[in-house]
Amino acid sequence: MDIFDFSDGREGYYGEYGGVFLPEILHATIEELLECFRECKADPKFWQDYVSLLQNYSGRPTPVTYLENLSRELGGAQIYVKRDDLNHTGSHKVNNVMGQGLLTQRLGKKRVIAETGAGQHGFATATMAAKFGFDCKIYMGAVDVARQRPNVFWMENLGAEVIAVEDGQKTLKDAVNECMRDWVTNMADTHYILGTACGPHPFPEMVSWFQSIIGMEAREQIVAQTGRLPNRVYACVGGGSNAMGLFQGFFDEPNVELIGCEAGGEGVGSYMHSARLAYDDASVGVAQGYKTYFLQNDEGNMSETHSVAAGLDYIGVNPIFSYLHDQGKVRFEAATDAEVKETLKLTMRTEGLIPALESTHGFVVALKEAATMAKDEIVLVNMSGRGDKDIFTIADALDDAKWKSFICGKADQYRAEKK
Amino acid sequence: MGLEAFIAERKQDKDLLVMAHVVCGYPSFEDNMQELEIMAEAGVDLVELQFPFSEPSADGPLFVRANEQSLKAGTTVDQCFEFMAKVSARFPFKVLMMGYYNTVFKMGEELFVQRLREAGGVGYILPDLPVEESANLHQLSADAGIEPIILMTPTSSDKRLAQLGAASRGMVYAVARKGVTGSKTNMGDDVIALIDRCRQHTNVPIGVGFGITSKADMDFLRGSADLAIVGTAALQTWEDSGAEGLKAFFADLLA
Repeated sequence: MDIFDFSDGREGYYGEYGGVFLPEILHATIEELLECFRECKADPKFWQDYVSLLQNYSGRPTPVTYLENLSRELGGAQIYVKRDDLNHTGSHKVNNVMGQGLLTQRLGKKRVIAETGAGQHGFATATMAAKFGFDCKIYMGAVDVARQRPNVFWMENLGAEVIAVEDGQKTLKDAVNECMRDWVTNMADTHYILGTACGPHPFPEMVSWFQSIIGMEAREQIVAQTGRLPNRVYACVGGGSNAMGLFQGFFDEPNVELIGCEAGGEGVGSYMHSARLAYDDASVGVAQGYKTYFLQNDEGNMSETHSVAAGLDYIGVNPIFSYLHDQGKVRFEAATDAEVKETLKLTMRTEGLIPALESTHGFVVALKEAATMAKDEIVLVNMSGRGDKDIFTIADALDDAKWKSFICGKADQYRAEKK
Repeated sequence: MGLEAFIAERKQDKDLLVMAHVVCGYPSFEDNMQELEIMAEAGVDLVELQFPFSEPSADGPLFVRANEQSLKAGTTVDQCFEFMAKVSARFPFKVLMMGYYNTVFKMGEELFVQRLREAGGVGYILPDLPVEESANLHQLSADAGIEPIILMTPTSSDKRLAQLGAASRGMVYAVARKGVTGSKTNMGDDVIALIDRCRQHTNVPIGVGFGITSKADMDFLRGSADLAIVGTAALQTWEDSGAEGLKAFFADLLA
């Protein structure tokens, strides 16, 4: 199956989803980007350069790890984890960012902008910009700036300018809008490094292409380790780029079930979640440059979203997933905030793994289902990011008293230094 | 009377028409009505009524806040159409809907065109709806005598302008510069060159917008453009100096 073969349909459309819905002023910029991307995709040398950059800079290929203890404890399917947390900067975001960095060089542009929610994509972009010598501006909702200071600290120290966006809900979607506003002004010398497989064509295809390296590696590794393909493959879905990356390794396998795990927040009926496809609250709409399922009201204004994981806290979803959801090709489930906290504790204690809160959503669903499966079955979960860098968020989520008293002590120390 | 005929008629008496803008429900519908009275009094020819949207990505900071505050105050699409009906019945200027495509998409294109016509609107501006996506809506609009306003920009290639020109009806909105609404544009040769390029690809009247703030801008456009489009500057004036300020603003602009 090649979902990126548009010869029978409309360029940039996956069923009725996708497309380009942008102000006219960006038409030429998007055309230029599309042309450059097509050249890159057709050029085997580009992909070689990309792979070797990630090997030498980011530690690819990342391994697949067998969770022996957890598999035994749950007594069901054998659980394997793709370790994209071991990338430089701590998540799969770097794959897309390095790819788009190479593409920015081809475009001959000297400045990059990016939106970020949790800060992972901003962190990766700032890292890439430092390495490639680009000017870099990161837009981040003011709410996210306030709750993700460690990532902001790194972005700034890597030389990026971080802008706290004060509009709307002051979160990821508002940072995307602000990037669009920058781009319509500065497109001549600026490339917009969109962080996930959302937004106008060709971004969903382009980000999916860069992230497909996860699935290519994982497929080979799991077959090498177990002698066969997994029965089920799980990944968390915010915008959907890590899941697209992993799933592409198994799209052509009718016997491998693909499961996208969204942020259930406070659960079904709470309206405090970011589950676009797993719950029934979202509907099709057009915003932020593309058509997909959005959490919105009847008049098309976007709803407030929520998740313990800032990286999943988003109104829309990858248009490819909206299509694959309709086709029954990918199943969508949701994990609640409460389940995520419990599962994170479990993976830490039994396996010594600290998945990011985002990635833990995939673990919740995978572990729940693995327990009901047969011992000779195999599940594969994407650990798209690591959690130790999110120590503030996770300490909050786990309500850790000792951490809080340490922070209070640190604050007292800074106050004393100020005097 | 359709938009193009209306513009032609108005142009018999003056050489440069003015299109103004309000964001529905911001600061309130009562304020909107007062602003519109001032605009009508001053002789404004066309008004865009912006239907607020939660993701106004083509707008600058002032309009972003206006959209947000209006929605926060509970403004609905129904209220916007009711207001439009009142306004188009009351004033001599013609009214257009301005907004984002999701508002139309969620309502359904057919119902949107029908409601717009019933409310007395003559056209609409949807900055995030490219011509590639407009075929059905444009057909429905043509059947209903409603004009879709096409935007032409300084970054549009000649090939693109030809494509846009072929779809243009009623009038064209020439975007004077890159960027979002609300910052100042240096009116210079670039703007004249843009208007000239637009004229090569369309026969409908051309309005120039983005960053028009003063009589000097008006004087500059006179003889080149058919309409000057004034948005942010008027709202900024209303926020800074209220009704008296806005009267003075339009008196100066239209002097």
